[in-house]
Amino acid sequence: MSIPMSERTDRFQGYEGKSKEALEKHGIGVWSEVEIINDAGSSFVGVVLPRSETYDDLHIVVKLFNGYNIGIAASRIVSARETGYRKAVYKIPEKDFPYDPKNKNVTLLGTGGTIASRLDYRTGAVIPAFTPGELYGAVPELADIANLNTRKLFGVFSENMGPEQYKVLAVEIGKEIEKGVDGIVIGHGTDVMHHSGAILSFMVQDSPVPIVLVGSQRSSDRPSSDAALNLRNAVRTAAYSDIAEVLLCMFGPTSDTYDLLHRGTRCRKMHSSYRSTFRTIGATPLAAVHVDKNEKGSYFEYITDDFLRRDKSRKPIINNAFEEMVTIQYYYPNFKPDIIDSLSDLGYRGLVIAGTGLGHVNKPLYPALRRAIEKGMTVVMTVQTIWGYAQMYVYDTGRDLLNMGIIPLDNMLPETAYMKLCWVLGQTDDPETIRRMMLKSINHEITPREPHNGYLILQGGLPEVDEFVCRHLK
Amino acid sequence: MIERLDYEEVGFISGLEVHQQLLTAEKLFCRCPAGLYTTTHDGEILRHMRPTLSELGEYDGTALMEFKTKKEILYLLNRLNVCTYEMDDTPPFLVNQDAIDIAIELCLSMNMDIIDEVHIARKQYLDGSIPTGFQRTAIVAVNGWMPFKGRRLTVTHVSIEEDSCREVSDKGHRIVFRTDRLGTPLTETVTGAELRTPQEVREAITLCGLIARSTGRVRTGLGAARQDINVSVRGGRRVEIKGVPRAAYSVKLTHNEAIRQVNLLKLRDVLRGRGLDSPENVHMHSKDLSDICSFEALGFGRGATGDNRIYGVRIEGARELAQHPTQPGKSFLDELSGRIRVIACLDESPIILCGDTLPDFQDMPEMQRRMREKLGAKDRDDVFLVCGPQTDCLTAAEEIRLRFCDATDGIPMETRQALSGGLTTFERILPGPDRMYPDTDLPPTQIMPERIEESRRQLRPLPWEREKRYGSWRVPLETTHFLIRRGGAEIVDAIVEKTGADGLVAAIEIGQRVRAMKRAGIPIQRLDTEKWIEVFDLYTDGLIPREGIRTVAARMATEPELSARQAAGAEGINLQGAEKWNSEVETLIDGAVDAVASGADGRLTRLITGKATAMLSGKAAAKDVALYVRQRLLEGRA
Repeated sequence: MSIPMSERTDRFQGYEGKSKEALEKHGIGVWSEVEIINDAGSSFVGVVLPRSETYDDLHIVVKLFNGYNIGIAASRIVSARETGYRKAVYKIPEKDFPYDPKNKNVTLLGTGGTIASRLDYRTGAVIPAFTPGELYGAVPELADIANLNTRKLFGVFSENMGPEQYKVLAVEIGKEIEKGVDGIVIGHGTDVMHHSGAILSFMVQDSPVPIVLVGSQRSSDRPSSDAALNLRNAVRTAAYSDIAEVLLCMFGPTSDTYDLLHRGTRCRKMHSSYRSTFRTIGATPLAAVHVDKNEKGSYFEYITDDFLRRDKSRKPIINNAFEEMVTIQYYYPNFKPDIIDSLSDLGYRGLVIAGTGLGHVNKPLYPALRRAIEKGMTVVMTVQTIWGYAQMYVYDTGRDLLNMGIIPLDNMLPETAYMKLCWVLGQTDDPETIRRMMLKSINHEITPREPHNGYLILQGGLPEVDEFVCRHLK
Repeated sequence: MIERLDYEEVGFISGLEVHQQLLTAEKLFCRCPAGLYTTTHDGEILRHMRPTLSELGEYDGTALMEFKTKKEILYLLNRLNVCTYEMDDTPPFLVNQDAIDIAIELCLSMNMDIIDEVHIARKQYLDGSIPTGFQRTAIVAVNGWMPFKGRRLTVTHVSIEEDSCREVSDKGHRIVFRTDRLGTPLTETVTGAELRTPQEVREAITLCGLIARSTGRVRTGLGAARQDINVSVRGGRRVEIKGVPRAAYSVKLTHNEAIRQVNLLKLRDVLRGRGLDSPENVHMHSKDLSDICSFEALGFGRGATGDNRIYGVRIEGARELAQHPTQPGKSFLDELSGRIRVIACLDESPIILCGDTLPDFQDMPEMQRRMREKLGAKDRDDVFLVCGPQTDCLTAAEEIRLRFCDATDGIPMETRQALSGGLTTFERILPGPDRMYPDTDLPPTQIMPERIEESRRQLRPLPWEREKRYGSWRVPLETTHFLIRRGGAEIVDAIVEKTGADGLVAAIEIGQRVRAMKRAGIPIQRLDTEKWIEVFDLYTDGLIPREGIRTVAARMATEPELSARQAAGAEGINLQGAEKWNSEVETLIDGAVDAVASGADGRLTRLITGKATAMLSGKAAAKDVALYVRQRLLEGRA
């Protein structure tokens, strides 16, 4: 059904300058099915698509009916005519998720990542699949695992996750637990998933059920995406695993084989793009999740038994305090003291330092740090090597820093330390209480012991390592 | 024996999709070396592919087919030629601009209109040949043509894309690929469906190859150029024959495909005559017949071990239809077999048995009777047997039904694999355009007019232009084509331009003698254009005779540190003026005057000329010697 040109509100969506003039001049617009002829006599038949804001204003994008997209220089268009008009309506046909009363109930909270999607091949748009019906259409195996209920809390890109979202998430998790779900899955972008894993570990304690963060490294519209496997394993974890903690569920190896369940406080994204980017630091993951049962009849392979067990009778503690005036500073040679002074002047209450070695910064910073601490800033130390302990009593440098009141955070990860400091400073400003809370481990964010297999960065190129890698699926 | 076919009568029509690897240092979307093939690996990854639903809630037919196969896909990695991009663990890097430049040159050779802003799209492939599950591809030019048999063969578009993995093995539910070739830049040239006979198909493929080679910037060698050929007959549908490596194979392949299509249209009529005129009227029943069938007797060597079952599949009203001819020497049973092999992953022979053509053994008639009875088969029905795990047998039964459904319509749109011997077999359902969507990982590339003009200036001579020019020198066409294909034409042109040598001489020396030298094991390819110019300079300066060219060149090839002059000296070639060597020939003539008197002229002339030429090798041109000897003998006799 065609709409008159004058009534189309998105006729020039994304088009400016010369390209917009060309659309006007030739009486076509976005979603017009067109035949365009250029000055070489070439004919292009397809649909005019919206233009991305980051591209220039000199070209018009057409999706040809053979499937390809091309950009036509506006200045080269000799004639154009509209042969039809079909506005893209991004709606996936609803299919009912088959509920089975015998199945466990899992709620999926959406924050913005696209864990499942469909494609509008006509325009090339990726449409998020989110409602239970849509998810069932995209990943039908879910129906065999659990009954799924979905709620979209917000739709933000990873980089826009922040205190607002954490506070809402914590409260909503609390509500779901009250409703009596068997487990909660949170769809999340991967860039800052470990930050959310950390803060939620503090904001939601003593959960009776698993809370599983899940995402995908390769967008879910791709045939090769890790999304479907991650989602299936996350839902299974939420429904059936015994681990009642905040977990991250992402690929173990980069092969399509199994997922690992990482504790939210000790997990970090370690590669910008590998599927296997998430790793537990300084400890081992809690379990592996498979799509098939093992000989003992379980989908889970527990790697440790040191975790909080599922218990429906337990009441969670929801505390979504968050102080925003906190920063992380990554020490580097030539780090000038004026940065510390500025932070202090600006009113920052907390400073996490990712120090070198065992937790060090250089001497010129000492006076500035002292000043900041005296003015009430809490300064904590972590290690920028990521693995290992801040052991500041070993060298004079460290001892000096300890004496001025810097709190050493042992083997707490810098990002986890940041989240915990924000959470603690959101509840108190008493230095004694702050110190006590930071040092008392709530959920393994500080561990007393690092096992020898907590740091296993194998060096590629060594014969024995390459031989080992060659023998196993990557 | 080739069956005859009137191509015009059956409405044969064909078009090409020619894939050509470009000669770049690096791959298209990453910085790995291109063209580096390895046979070992130092890492393995396992992946699965899932199709993505369209917004209509439907799967693309090919994607659905691939998903049904539930294949485990194993990729073999060698760090020399793949990085994390090929593993699909890193997004693409910015597109290789060299590849775009070469593509532009190729497009200008075919009179094409270069696209103003090139957008990269994703073309989904779920067979595992690309780890991401899609190929990155972009149209670079449209609306071109090439001169073909006095008319214009349309070139619809040229796209630039990344090459896929090489298949290592495909057994049951596991397929293994090698990743070395993945990511190599390719152009795909799509012609209009304007070729009227198999012979024209072959000629068009040859022409496309010549055009590509003329640029001097494409990869050569086995697999560097591959063709997909689309064939259809009137009343039928487009079928794509994939991966034809040589022009010569295309004649038989397209001819046999036309025959297959004509036969399938006849089969459709037979089906209609029996009331099987639409998919709704195709009825299939299947049953597990493992307890009444003998695995060994039927030839199912894989036997009753493990979970293998024998399933009987009954199609109502289909008696004897399986024997209906399709390709020469093949029947409709082969059509069923192809589908079952690919989709149900039952690939051990025999893949399918037809109730009427069971192997002969003692209890066979009884088994047949019990089979048909258990399936409730009437006289007009046909029964098929398949063997394998139960789920695969059920998939096979469904594929048999689907293929019969397709047969009621005529010719299914398929991609078929070229086999040696000129036949084809089912590879996959032909994908529709509904499996392409934009690649948002990369920004579009604007092609500026200045860039196009720069390419146009650097454009090397086109094949038809060289054919005309070399033809005017009386160079045989086959030699001209050889020179274009192997890059010798560049050298010939340079020699003619720089040394003034006769074009025919240059073309014969480079286009024919060089071939012979290569066969004799001389590393003549070591000579670059500069060196050849040195050699021909000696010739045009009169310092070496025509025969000396190949000798000097061969010497320079085996001793690369020698200049042309040094090589000539080493071979003892040093043309001298006639006054210097005449006297040497006189001696020979004097000594043979008696023989002249006896009248044995012709032979004598040849004898003396031969001796003189051998004696004077390198010092005098053979034709001059022959002339001199003849003159002197004539004078002597007079």
